[in-house]
Amino acid sequence: MSSAEVTVIETPAWPDTYGSDAKPRVGFFTDTSICIGCKACEVACKEWNGVPATSYEFTGHSYDNTGDLGADTWRHVAFVEQRLPVGGVAEGAPDSFVAEAHRQEVLERSGIEAERDGEGMRWLMASDVCKHCTHAACLEVCPTGSLFRTEFGTVVVQQDICNGCGYCVPACPFGVLDRRDGDGRVWKCTLCYDRLGDELEPACAKACPTKSIQFGEHDELRARAQERVERLRADGLAEARLYGEDPGDGVGGAGAFFLLLDEPEVYGLPPDPVDTTRDLGEMWKAAGLAAGAIAAGVLASFAGGSR
Amino acid sequence: MSAGPPHRGGGATAISPDAAHANGRGKMSERAEFRSYYGRAIIKEPVWTWEIPWYFFTGGLTGASSALAAAARIAGHDSLARRATLTASAMTFVNPVLLVMDLGRPARFLNMLRMFKVTSPMSVGSWILSVHGGVATVAGLSEVAGRAPRTGVAADVAAGALGTILATYTALLVSDTAVPVWHEARRELPFVFAGGAMASAGAAAAIVTPVADAGPARRLTAVGAVIELGVAQLMEHRLGELGEPYGEGQVHKLKLAAGALTGAGVLATLTAGRRSRAAAIAGGAATLAGAVCERWAIFKAGFVSARDPKYTVKPQRRRLEERGESGGARPAGPSRSGAESRPGTGAGAVDA
Repeated sequence: MSSAEVTVIETPAWPDTYGSDAKPRVGFFTDTSICIGCKACEVACKEWNGVPATSYEFTGHSYDNTGDLGADTWRHVAFVEQRLPVGGVAEGAPDSFVAEAHRQEVLERSGIEAERDGEGMRWLMASDVCKHCTHAACLEVCPTGSLFRTEFGTVVVQQDICNGCGYCVPACPFGVLDRRDGDGRVWKCTLCYDRLGDELEPACAKACPTKSIQFGEHDELRARAQERVERLRADGLAEARLYGEDPGDGVGGAGAFFLLLDEPEVYGLPPDPVDTTRDLGEMWKAAGLAAGAIAAGVLASFAGGSR
Repeated sequence: MSAGPPHRGGGATAISPDAAHANGRGKMSERAEFRSYYGRAIIKEPVWTWEIPWYFFTGGLTGASSALAAAARIAGHDSLARRATLTASAMTFVNPVLLVMDLGRPARFLNMLRMFKVTSPMSVGSWILSVHGGVATVAGLSEVAGRAPRTGVAADVAAGALGTILATYTALLVSDTAVPVWHEARRELPFVFAGGAMASAGAAAAIVTPVADAGPARRLTAVGAVIELGVAQLMEHRLGELGEPYGEGQVHKLKLAAGALTGAGVLATLTAGRRSRAAAIAGGAATLAGAVCERWAIFKAGFVSARDPKYTVKPQRRRLEERGESGGARPAGPSRSGAESRPGTGAGAVDA
C-alpha cells in the first residue's frame, strides 16, 4: 500500500456522497519515460469503448496523426523530437566524449525509452488522457448533472442525460472534452467505468506493453510515482518531474497524472492548470454588483422626470 | 469566423520544442517566447454557435427592460412602464428559443432544470431565465388585458429584480471557463454586459415610446453606453497581452463597429431624439446594433484566445515563475497533505 507520506485525496463528492458504497479512488500513472509510442492505448480505447474513427489527417507532426484529445479520442500519444542530449548534460559540451559517456550511463541505469537515436536526438512520447481532476471544472459547470463523480472518484459523462450544452468544453483547462459531430453530446474518457465494475483494469492500461500506463488505486500510484521520479533523478535524469500529482495544484491534483521529461507545454499540457470555478465567488460578486448597477441606473434615470 | 489552422502565427507566436531547445542551448535568457506542442491549442474552443452572442444581447435587453419597467412603475411613468413591460414579456419568448437551438440535443432542453446546481452558472441561469420568464409573462398579460393591475405591478417589480441578474449572469457563462480572455476579465465582464443591457433597454424603450415620455429611457441609454464602452476599455487595458484578440482582425472590426454605432446612437438619442421620433428610432437602432456588436466581439475574442496556446501557456508560466516553480517539476520530496475542501464545488448540487 501507500507509503506513509502519501494520503488519499478526497474530492468534493467522493467518498462522502457514496458512504459505504464508495470504492477506493482509482487513476492512471502514465510514466512517459518508458512510453515507446506504439499507440496500443489509443487503439485499445477505441476498440473497447466503441469510439468512432477520427479523420485520416496527416499532420506532419512527427508520428502524431491523432492531434489531440476530443470526443473521439480518449487516449492521445504525443511525439516530440528534440535535439537534446538525455540526462542533463553540462551546457556547452553536448557532443563531448564525457557527455556521451554520461548519456549512455544514464540510459543504462534508468532504462528509459525516451531516447533511441544516437545523434543527440531525443524522443519524447506521452500518452495523454482525461485527468479525472479532484476539482473538475467540467463536472462543476455541467448544468444537467450529466457529468458526475463515480464511486471510484473518477469523472464520467452520463450519455442519457447530456443535452450537448457544451459548457464543459471550454471549462476544461486541459481541453479534454468535446462535442461529437452528428451526435450532439459530449464524450470523454470514462476510465473504463464499465470495466472497473467488473474489477478489470482500463483497456489502455491493459494494452500498454511497457507499463507506461499504470492503473491502480490513486494513493498507491502516487507513492509509486514518487519512487520512480526519485530513482530517475538519482540516476542522473534531472529533468524528470511529476505532473498533476500535487494536491496543491490548481485542480486539487489529478486522478490521472504523469511523469514527464520536459515542461508540460512541450507535450501540449497546460503548465499551471486551474479549475476556474474556484473563482466562482468572485465572479458572482461581480455579477451581483453589476446587477445592482442596473437597478441604480434605471432608478436614477427617472430622477429628471419625463423629459 | 472559421477555425484557423493550428499553426497560425508561425514562428513569431509558436515555436516548436526543437526550436525552443536550440534557443535554450545558446542563450537561456532569450526564451522570452513560449514552448508548445507544434503550436496546437491546449484548451478547446467553445462549441457555441451564433445563438449565444445573440442571447447575450437579448437576455440583457429583456432583463434590463424588466428593470426599467419596474422603476417606471415605482416612479409612476405609466406610458414608459407599459412599453418596457411589453418589450420584456415579448423578448422573454425569444431567449429560450435561442438557447434550445444551440444545444447539441435540443429535445433534451428540459434536462437544464433537472437540478439546481450552484456551481454551474448555466444551471443557475436556466432557473433565473425560467422564473423571470414566468413573472414577466404575468406582467405582460396583465398589461395587455388591463386586468389585475396590482398583480401586474408586483410581477413587474419581481421581474425587474430578477431581470438585473438575467442581464449580468450571462457574463459568468463565459468568464467561468478556461478561456484566458474571458476568465481573466471576470471582474469587468458583468459590468460590460450590464452597461450593454441598460443601453439596449433604454434604446428599445426610446424607439417605442413617444419622445415626451421617453426622457428616462434616453438617459438610461446614455448611462448604459458609457458603462459598456468605458468598462470594456478598462477590461482590455487590464487584460494586457491577453487582450490582444480585441485588437486584431474580425474582433477588432466588431469593436470599432460597437463603439461607432453606440456613440452615434447615443448622440442621436440625446440630441435630435428629444424632439423627433424618427431620430429617436434611428438613434435607438444604432445603439442596439452597437450592443450586438459588443457581445459578438467578446464572443469571438474567446475563440481567438482559446485557439492560440500562447494565451494559455504564457500567463501560467509566469504564474509558476512567480511562485518559484517550474511546472510539474516539484522536488520529489514528501508531498503535501490532501486537498483542502473548499466551498462552491460540485458537492453543492441538489436535485431539483
